[in-house]
Amino acid sequence: MTRSTQAEGFATAPQGNVTQTSHKYVTKQNLPSPNATKRLKSGEAGRWGLTIVGVIVALVFLVPYLIMLSGAFKSRQEILRVPPDYLPSDWRFSNFVNMWSTPETPLPQNLYSTVIISLGGTALALVVALPAAYYTARHSFRLKLPFMLLVLITQMLQPTVLASGLFREFVTLDINDTRFAMILVNAAFNLSFAIWIMHSFFATVPKEIEEAAWIDGCNRGQSMVRIMLPLVWPGIVTAIIFTFIACWNEFAASLILLPTDTNQPLTVALTKFIGQYESAWQYVFAVSIIGILPVVALFAMIEKHLVSGLTAGGVK
Amino acid sequence: MTTTRNKALKRHARRQTTLQALPWLAPALILIGGVVIFPVGFMIYTSFRDLSRFGKDRGWTGFDNYVRVFGLDPLPTVLTNTVVWTFGVVLVTVVISLALAQFLNKNFPGRKTLRMIIIVPWAASVVMTSTVFVYGLDPFYGIINKFLVDLGLMDEPYGFLKNATSGFLSAMAVAVFVSVPFTTFVVLAGLQTVPHDVLEAAQIDGAGKVQTYWQVVFPMLRPALAVAAIINIINVFNSLPILKTMTGSIPGYDADTTTTLMFKLIQSDRQIDTASALSVVNFVVILVVIGIYLKVVKPMREVNA
Repeated sequence: MTRSTQAEGFATAPQGNVTQTSHKYVTKQNLPSPNATKRLKSGEAGRWGLTIVGVIVALVFLVPYLIMLSGAFKSRQEILRVPPDYLPSDWRFSNFVNMWSTPETPLPQNLYSTVIISLGGTALALVVALPAAYYTARHSFRLKLPFMLLVLITQMLQPTVLASGLFREFVTLDINDTRFAMILVNAAFNLSFAIWIMHSFFATVPKEIEEAAWIDGCNRGQSMVRIMLPLVWPGIVTAIIFTFIACWNEFAASLILLPTDTNQPLTVALTKFIGQYESAWQYVFAVSIIGILPVVALFAMIEKHLVSGLTAGGVK
Repeated sequence: MTTTRNKALKRHARRQTTLQALPWLAPALILIGGVVIFPVGFMIYTSFRDLSRFGKDRGWTGFDNYVRVFGLDPLPTVLTNTVVWTFGVVLVTVVISLALAQFLNKNFPGRKTLRMIIIVPWAASVVMTSTVFVYGLDPFYGIINKFLVDLGLMDEPYGFLKNATSGFLSAMAVAVFVSVPFTTFVVLAGLQTVPHDVLEAAQIDGAGKVQTYWQVVFPMLRPALAVAAIINIINVFNSLPILKTMTGSIPGYDADTTTTLMFKLIQSDRQIDTASALSVVNFVVILVVIGIYLKVVKPMREVNA
């Protein structure tokens, strides 16, 4: 298979039956349309009509986060008021200060945990994925297909389904309830995305570029650092950001594998504010704002590469 | 000239043994082996062992754990819930995403901004998103309840998460909400592979918009839909946070899926052995779905062997 088909994915496949009908289009399109200008005007109005629909759609998707934002600035009395008010009577910043010292959960440690697990998991996933992605994109070998299949299957598995096995393994190794164990889990389950997305970027770089570097006296490591890395940088950034976000948001495995509150990440700590009888919603929302803002900003940066990575090239 | 050279290179490449590939793949293989494959093995092993509540291994127990799983009183309810949960959420998600992607594919002012806004539920932590609904749907201080009453859709606030049925349905709605962005983007990627001239040809041939969509666009979206549906089935089936936060405090198992039941067995009952047996069953289900994925979508043909 050539590199060009790889880059285009299945996009080329459905086009076969198209050519026949498109002739008609060409001839008709050349005829001047009498209503052209009128249609243009109504089209313009229609487009703004769509914008109005768009605003409604946007609001639907933002509603939970607007509730979160409003709640994060309400006082304890206000957020439990019956009936509730949509907006805080005065926007108080104190929740963002007070949430760090509450009896429910040691939030500074929780944030530290989230950061350490996310950074560690991302670094490990990247270090492990990079050579595999490079080699599989560049070389043919007998076990390549089985290897990529294994990677694909890993992508479809989630720690939840393996929780009891992971729990037993970590207890046996005496690393249960440690951030290190969670770094391993996060790195392993996000490895496949990192390999797939970087593999597809490496595969688009012509081999000749690299060969030229070898002829010029670069060794393999040098050519990778000096020639390949700059070319596949968008793929690497996508892998880094996506893995980081996935680690940052991870909940299920941490919930099962991290019983000690000081080790727990923000996602698990958050649920401590919700009690059977009393809940500190103002803190839940203040923590959520802190937890969501950075990842949304990062996510927006890699949006255009995500689909191809997540569907392992199944959709361009 | 280039083709001969490529062929020569390919031959050379094929000669390279797996041994040479090993240093490059070893780190990945060790990580996958240690944190994915080994736990699978350990889980299967544990499912045939008798474990005390404190994790003490008391020896082989044959299929006892499986017998216990299949004899659990709530199991029929939980299995029904799992099917309703998985297929209900994925079906509604796909239908909404088809419409939304169609809309996002149109050219209107603010389209880029809208695309950015729609990724928010995708990027945000699912626990954080679902806790907002736990708060908003509260019958006393819940803002969503108040909003529905203010709109005139309800006469008075309703305790959505106070009983299993409405709690489960609310959780399904939230699951749809967080699954739609990814699905929409996959469908959108599929829509962009539909050539423009095909659409115009259909229009000129006198096909109406509806007809064009169902007879021209939709068939071309099938690969994208297959990918989106299967990835969603796996994610939704495995989902823990939504049900844990929204219906976790409802007593009993009327709002549980096999995944949340497994979690309750580990967390509340400390029955690691029974939980392992249930996990093995879940694992087999997922393997079957993966098998279907490989068969239908054929993602491996992207890899040049």
